[in-house]
Amino acid sequence: MQASSNKDPRELIDEVLRLRHWPQASAMLAELWRQQPVMGNAAYIISRYERMSSELSMTPYRLALLRSFTVEPLVLLLRAAALASGINLSVQVGDFNAYAQEILNPYSNLYKFEPDAVILAIQARDLLPDLWYRFADLSREEVEGAIERTRKYFSEWVETFRYHSKAHLIIHGLEMPLRASAGILDAHCDLSQTEAFRRVNEDVRALARKHQGVYILDYDALIALHGRLRWHDEAKWLTVRLPIAADCLIHLINEWLRFLHPVTGKVCKALVTDLDNTLWGGIVGEDGMSGIQIGPEHPGAAYQSLQRVMLDLYQRGIILAVCSKNNPSDAMEALENHPGMLLRPHHFAALRVNWNDKAQNLREIASELNIGIDALAFVDDSPVEREWVRSQLPVTVIDLPQDPMGYAEALRDSPFFERLTLSDEDRERGRYYAEDRQRAELRDGTASLEDFYRSLQMEIEIASVTPQTLTRVAQLTQKTNQFNLTTRRYTEQQIAEMTASTDWRIYSLRARDRFGDNGLVGVAIARFAGDFCEIDSFLMSCRVIGRTVETAFLSHVAAGALHRGARYLRGWYLPTKKNDLVKDFYESHGFKLIGEPEKGSLWELDLSNGWIGAPEWINCRIEEAITQ
Amino acid sequence: MTKSVLVSVRRIAADLFDVPLEHVLPHSSPATIENWDSLRHLNLVLGLEGEFGVQFSPEEIAKMQTVENIAWLIQNRLARAE
Repeated sequence: MQASSNKDPRELIDEVLRLRHWPQASAMLAELWRQQPVMGNAAYIISRYERMSSELSMTPYRLALLRSFTVEPLVLLLRAAALASGINLSVQVGDFNAYAQEILNPYSNLYKFEPDAVILAIQARDLLPDLWYRFADLSREEVEGAIERTRKYFSEWVETFRYHSKAHLIIHGLEMPLRASAGILDAHCDLSQTEAFRRVNEDVRALARKHQGVYILDYDALIALHGRLRWHDEAKWLTVRLPIAADCLIHLINEWLRFLHPVTGKVCKALVTDLDNTLWGGIVGEDGMSGIQIGPEHPGAAYQSLQRVMLDLYQRGIILAVCSKNNPSDAMEALENHPGMLLRPHHFAALRVNWNDKAQNLREIASELNIGIDALAFVDDSPVEREWVRSQLPVTVIDLPQDPMGYAEALRDSPFFERLTLSDEDRERGRYYAEDRQRAELRDGTASLEDFYRSLQMEIEIASVTPQTLTRVAQLTQKTNQFNLTTRRYTEQQIAEMTASTDWRIYSLRARDRFGDNGLVGVAIARFAGDFCEIDSFLMSCRVIGRTVETAFLSHVAAGALHRGARYLRGWYLPTKKNDLVKDFYESHGFKLIGEPEKGSLWELDLSNGWIGAPEWINCRIEEAITQ
Repeated sequence: MTKSVLVSVRRIAADLFDVPLEHVLPHSSPATIENWDSLRHLNLVLGLEGEFGVQFSPEEIAKMQTVENIAWLIQNRLARAE
């Protein structure tokens, strides 16, 4: 999926299909839809799924659409969207404005189809044309009469439907007119036009509450969310009876999916969240509890909004868990004591705060919570972590936008936490576990860690300090705590002096990958004395930890030392409260322990017979001056 | 006409009419492509509107009789928008 990104994704998918790798092809089709949910892709995705539907364990589901407007183009999009969510949807569309006959006639095509769910999509103008088009002509009695008649109709339809079918029934609420016929006076009328439609909606809501498996889709709120003027396409309405603009069709599809997810059991039971820069701004291990951003004011407010959404989910019965690369003591201090936090440790059913691979942590969380991996949703600000988890596990990964102000909305937008009732979810649970066993079988044999690194297309650039980078280099020595072997703090002045001396060499590291530029993220300072090169400082920002960038960097420091004529490369590990992460760093790169006085441990690598290989998946650019 | 508009129109038409790309030629029309019926024509119109971020008038939609025709129409719309 990640490799050779220049190629047309469809060519890659067709290649995978030729190789009969069905689950992989299915995942790639879902990804294509996630990235570009457009008409052309819908037709392509459906045609490719049809080739392999018998090979995949998809949830079959039958949906009938009763409608008062053209829905055929929507059906194309809906089927593709459902397939991408693992639902093999058969859709039957009722005749134009024939919904009442379909519901009332026990021998209608509706009941012959034996649907699992029915969507009743009637527009306000079709159901109540008098109220919509000529409200100004009507007396109050006539309006009241229309509302009452409509209430009776709906009541009769729902009761008859329930008598003949056990299917879920999803009823579109009525939308308000773009502008009321009385203009601004509408708000002052005794029984206004908008009030009339609202009363019908209230009646239908009351009806839904009275019956099992009857739900309301708030169509007016959906239109308002995306903008009434943008939503409506008058030309298409008048010519082909499709009232919705091309670019809004997908929003109705996604709203339908919010209902289809819970009725088909495609929901998440638990949400696993990252901490740094997700639940709060900043890195608690670096910035300390007082330095992180979380609270009612900007910039902490965006993170508090996200926590509010999680708290809403928690109240809805979604399990919350934490998966974070952090020192447990730092993370827990913030979770327990930071005054701006809305979420506290007691909200989380499982916590994995360590430096391990997040995919492994998620597996452990699932087994600890005793739920399937695919019942987990995962949210993290890092696109790299998201991609890694997505490539490894059938976890629902929730993408966050770059700007934290959009985090809360991104989470609220996910259909995976929708619930129609709680007992509904309980009913689906048994089937869920059975399907999970099959998924576990598919999971084995997916991409290795190395493939993942390759897919990141990492590039690093190693250079000596320049006047432009001096400030950043000094700043990194001053504030980096976790990936820092010696935690020696230097001022700009000190860095400048070392740069001027021939005994010292300072390397700066920039890193980028296909998700973007991480900027200047690493510093190494080496001191030369005869046969020896001592690594005075070696540090990296947390942003790039765990992607083997450190090995590439160390490899070039070693190569530089050898070039300068050093035979032994030495380095200290000086433990602090924060840098436990790197205590095995030198050992894991082939260094030997040569001394362990109280203050730390001293490690050495004999460059005449030791060598640190640079990972071949990282493309290194070395500034020429540095190899002289 | 720029090549890319024609290429996109052909690709979307091939997707929505469910025919191989090489069967969709500039002069292709409802007469030469069997699947090009009125419902799929609507899908095509919506697909193109989504792709190019335009909204066609009923008169324009009525004029969309060949692939080349459609590409010209879009080309003009895009030029007018600039």
